[in-house]
Amino acid sequence: MSSGSKIEYQKKELPSKVQSVGLLLTVLGLVIVLAGYFVSPARMAFNNIIGLTFIISIAVGALFFVAIEYLSGAVWSTPFRRVSEIISSFVVLVPLIVIPLLFNLHSVFHWTHPEVVNADKVLSEKAPYLNINFFVIRIAAFIAIWMLFQYLITRNSLRQDSTKDQTLTTKNVKLSAVFIPFFALTISFTGIDWLMSLEPHWFSTIFGIYYFSGTVLAALATITYVAVTLNENGYLVKGLTTDHYYSMGALLFAFINFWAYIAFSQFLLVWYANLPEETFWFLQRWEGSWIIWTVGLMVVHFLVPYFGLLSQPSKMNPAKLKFFALWILAAHYYDLYFLVMPNYSRSGVALSWYELGFPILLVGLMILLFVSKSKKQNLVPVGDPKLKRGIDFRL
Amino acid sequence: MKEKILYGYTGIFNTPDEIAHAAEKAVAKGFTKFDVHTPYPLHGMNKAMSLKPSKLGYVALVLGLSALMGAVFSLWWVSAVDYPIVVGGKPFFAFPAFVPVMFEVTVLTASVGTVLAMLFVFFKLPNNSHPLHGTEYMRNVSADKYGLLVQAEDTKFDEATIKSFFQELHASEIDAVYWDNEEINHEHKILTPKFLGFLLVAGLITSGATYFALNKLTYMLPFTWMMEQQKQNPQQKSLIFSDGFGMRKPVEGTIARGFLPYEYKGQPDLAAEKLFNPLPVSKNVLALGQKKYDTYCSPCHDFQGTGLSRLRGQFPNPPSLHSEKVRTWNDGRIYAVIMDGQNVMPSYANLLDSDERWAVIHYIRALQRSLNAKESDIK
Repeated sequence: MSSGSKIEYQKKELPSKVQSVGLLLTVLGLVIVLAGYFVSPARMAFNNIIGLTFIISIAVGALFFVAIEYLSGAVWSTPFRRVSEIISSFVVLVPLIVIPLLFNLHSVFHWTHPEVVNADKVLSEKAPYLNINFFVIRIAAFIAIWMLFQYLITRNSLRQDSTKDQTLTTKNVKLSAVFIPFFALTISFTGIDWLMSLEPHWFSTIFGIYYFSGTVLAALATITYVAVTLNENGYLVKGLTTDHYYSMGALLFAFINFWAYIAFSQFLLVWYANLPEETFWFLQRWEGSWIIWTVGLMVVHFLVPYFGLLSQPSKMNPAKLKFFALWILAAHYYDLYFLVMPNYSRSGVALSWYELGFPILLVGLMILLFVSKSKKQNLVPVGDPKLKRGIDFRL
Repeated sequence: MKEKILYGYTGIFNTPDEIAHAAEKAVAKGFTKFDVHTPYPLHGMNKAMSLKPSKLGYVALVLGLSALMGAVFSLWWVSAVDYPIVVGGKPFFAFPAFVPVMFEVTVLTASVGTVLAMLFVFFKLPNNSHPLHGTEYMRNVSADKYGLLVQAEDTKFDEATIKSFFQELHASEIDAVYWDNEEINHEHKILTPKFLGFLLVAGLITSGATYFALNKLTYMLPFTWMMEQQKQNPQQKSLIFSDGFGMRKPVEGTIARGFLPYEYKGQPDLAAEKLFNPLPVSKNVLALGQKKYDTYCSPCHDFQGTGLSRLRGQFPNPPSLHSEKVRTWNDGRIYAVIMDGQNVMPSYANLLDSDERWAVIHYIRALQRSLNAKESDIK
């Protein structure tokens, strides 16, 4: 059915309004974050962890998506792969977000206090892994690994725009193959370090996959929202159809189910075994007003997007798809809040202006970064040999 | 031979683009009963033929949701209503444990049901033969050509316009396809009296043979040889002993070890008067008593004898063993309770032997003393 379409791509500048919105949000978020750190450093540090894991989810998840495209030889996602690459470049924000936390480790992780660790048999047994030095080395190494692969893969892809050299694709396939195992390990250990070790007595062997499922969802949702919006306004290559939208929606739908599957598996085993050292983590989230948040998680993170994206037309309708992409992105933030905040506020859900700081700041920073990158590069990998087939992709 | 009945007209095209174009033209002409045959699935054909989205998704949705509700209902009925069993201390309606079953039932019903609906409702199978079978047209579109068929049922169908329609599109091999006479004259003869009678006879024979094999055959020679052995079966009249009992009683005036006869059944006051504890208090006796107490008594009476049952109130809590009444009972009175039971408590005569019962009584005394220590105990 190929009708011999040509690649029609005209590079356009994003409207300056976008940049001003990004700037406004960044300033507003920065003010809230600074004020929060001034008024209640402990509370802000917990929010900082949510923000950190959120931006890691988006940036590293997007890089994972790029790597998967290279490895599987997928063509349908090639026309908007540059969008994924730019989103993966948000990984430069990770060190910025992690630095204030490194000064506040004592207020969030109680395994950082030697007197607590020495008095506790379990914590002293875990001390060879959970100690500040090794912890900082780990996150530094993870950031280095992510930035290295992000730099190498996008550099090759960008070079291809001008050289149209097909061997660059082969190089990226090899890089992606090396990156995937690193990705699996770094994302699992990021989840364990920054989310599970908030409650160092608790353990769940599936936790790394749980965070991974959220990571992929957040990245896919961001990519979907940005790609659909850009395409609707004509910033991407001509010829993208509802078939492309459908594929993105189907992936989102699949990972919504994957997340629910993993989340339920984690709960079911703990519930069945009924061991006090495992159940207390869920019981904390079932007490006071946290029960509302926990039940809300099932609705917000599974039921609503599940039925929202169930039918074929809903995945092809750009307005619906954009809505649910944003919804899922917010749901991931909600999920991280569910993982982190019960450790700050045992008695009940704590919601105030503090909680707004990091989402606003991160969205602002992401917009600014996207605008500045989009000025320098094409928004479509025009030199990629798969681009033509990607545009002609039909279900 | 009867007159042939027209099924439709077919035309052959050489490229995918031509067939897509032809399909668009057929839609533009207003044909509704037409179909396209290609050697492999063509992307975008749905759009060219202006096909509406399949209704199969709704079948899957309805089947899935009803299976989900059916699973919840049957699990609830079986586990919480009809036959409730405590498993691992979980509630009878243990929703998390039901979720995997609900998931499996939903997926299985929806997927199998959707495939069956597709085959037998949407595709209208079984269909023994089809006018297109064995035609040159079918041979072509199964190999390397692309074909368009317009059925005679179509309201816009007219032989002359169809022919010119195909010619305009430069189709090759424009052919008329006729119904197979055999297919038209074929009657569905499955529900004839003869066949129904055959089904009835076959069913009778099968069920009768099954009944015979299971209920009669196994009680006939030689299949009963294993059953009829030269041995004494329980409850069977003995042919050897004159009193007819298969089992022998102990010789008169003797008792078996550990089976002291209990003569005060139903007479606790008499037992209290006549019985005394034959065991001396020693470390070993108390250890035995504690072991048996913790095993048999503590589930209801609690480890300390307070009567705060740990069976989560599934039985009424027994009274405390530290009451004035129990403390002033002598050992024989408590022995009578162990032997006979009291109120809800059943007899423990079969679970503890004589020495163990007395050891438990010693241990109960130790418990009572521990909670009601006298001045003289502190030394």
